[in-house]
Amino acid sequence: MSLENRVTEIIVNKLGVKAEEVTPEAHFVTDLGADSLDQVELMMDFEDAFDLKISDEEAGKLQTVGAVIDFLKAKGISV
Amino acid sequence: MSHRRVVVTGLGVVSPIGVTPSEAWNNALEGKSGIGRITLIDPSDFTSQVAGQVNGFDPVAHFGAAEARKSDRFTQFARVASLNAWNAAGFADDPPDPERVGVILGSGVGGIGTFEEQMRTAMERGPRRISPFFVPMMISNMACGQVAIDLNARALNYCTVTACASSGHALAAALDSIRLGRADVILAGGSEAPITFMALGGFCALKALSTGWNDRPTRACRPFDRDRDGFVMSEGGAVLILEELSHAKARGAEIVAELVGAGMTCDAFHITAPAEGGEGSRRAMINAMRDGGIDPGSVDYINAHGTSTQLNDVNETMAIISALGQENAHRIMVSSTKSVHGHMLGAAGSMEASITCLALKHGVVPPTINHENPGEGCVLDYVPGSAREADIHVALSNSLGFGGHNVTLAFRKYTGN
Repeated sequence: MSLENRVTEIIVNKLGVKAEEVTPEAHFVTDLGADSLDQVELMMDFEDAFDLKISDEEAGKLQTVGAVIDFLKAKGISV
Repeated sequence: MSHRRVVVTGLGVVSPIGVTPSEAWNNALEGKSGIGRITLIDPSDFTSQVAGQVNGFDPVAHFGAAEARKSDRFTQFARVASLNAWNAAGFADDPPDPERVGVILGSGVGGIGTFEEQMRTAMERGPRRISPFFVPMMISNMACGQVAIDLNARALNYCTVTACASSGHALAAALDSIRLGRADVILAGGSEAPITFMALGGFCALKALSTGWNDRPTRACRPFDRDRDGFVMSEGGAVLILEELSHAKARGAEIVAELVGAGMTCDAFHITAPAEGGEGSRRAMINAMRDGGIDPGSVDYINAHGTSTQLNDVNETMAIISALGQENAHRIMVSSTKSVHGHMLGAAGSMEASITCLALKHGVVPPTINHENPGEGCVLDYVPGSAREADIHVALSNSLGFGGHNVTLAFRKYTGN
């Protein structure tokens, strides 16, 4: 499974949105209906899935699906 | 003091004997028990292994998977019961002024299941894995907060926490609030989801639960019976729409019954045991009758707290006798519908208030099942075995809680004047 698909799967499970809605441009709050608490849990799920730590400062910048994917790639994660 | 009168215009129930008021009512009348072996957790290591579960309750069907995960089961019960009561009252298409709608819901142990699950996660994986939803899911007032969001209820909103009297207090507080003009409509009741490792274990440790009927679950709750040996825990939610009378009349609402009075006292005696002779409960009944302008001679029916513990049933019987007098106490019918739905703890008061309202409306008194041989000192007419048709006009509903809390609600059949 590609990195993009894994990220999409996590978001779909957490937020109950459709996979088609999870585009790189999609904003967690304005497009996918997340609130600040959902976002905290999402970051935990990414940490678990990709075995890394996301600081609060980093998490604050991850407002779109694309930002998460770019962040993970920059951390050297490909799958 | 002249006061605004308060009537019941909608009921919502999620219980071991039904997930609508009519289903629960029919099962209560037929004496069909909702008690079974516990399946929500593995009960094999617990002394009590039976409970009243809301089997088949599917939060995902009600809220969707993502939303369901973010609320505790006690909140889910409250949301479903509230929505059903709201619709039954006719508010779905014609909602009242949101700033005049309040919510008062009680719960004894709130999100204890969430607490346990998150505690396990934190112990295994460290504090950074505690969910941001942990606190909002756990706190007992979240049912009220969530129901307010669901139904856009913007007036007073709070949670009553008095163990097994919680929803009795919620209804009493709602009655007072409508009388005082703080709101015109209040969703009042309670919910509970206590079939968890710690709650079950805790009540087992208190020796409060039935342990001798694990192989015969439907016979475990036997209020006022000689062979009773403790209460049977159950879960669910029950919510009543309380509405100021003229507000209800103006919109042509169907009135189920009138809540005419409430009495609230404390034993100031012991943390879990009732006061000698049910002294606190006696005063709660007297206060409720006085508040509702009811003469003890006009009481027809009491839906008892009737937990099926040794101490409660005999002391409550004494309390009824001393509150109403020997003659009245022996004339009236007393039943405990816990015999079929178990002890819903913080939801017990509103569950039983709902049944009491339906008894007044339909003129039928639900039975106490499993009442086969009267216990020592249990000398009243407990309506054993089968329901009884009766032209009843005034009924009391008792709720007593650990901490010495006593609540009695007084209802009257609504006859249009």
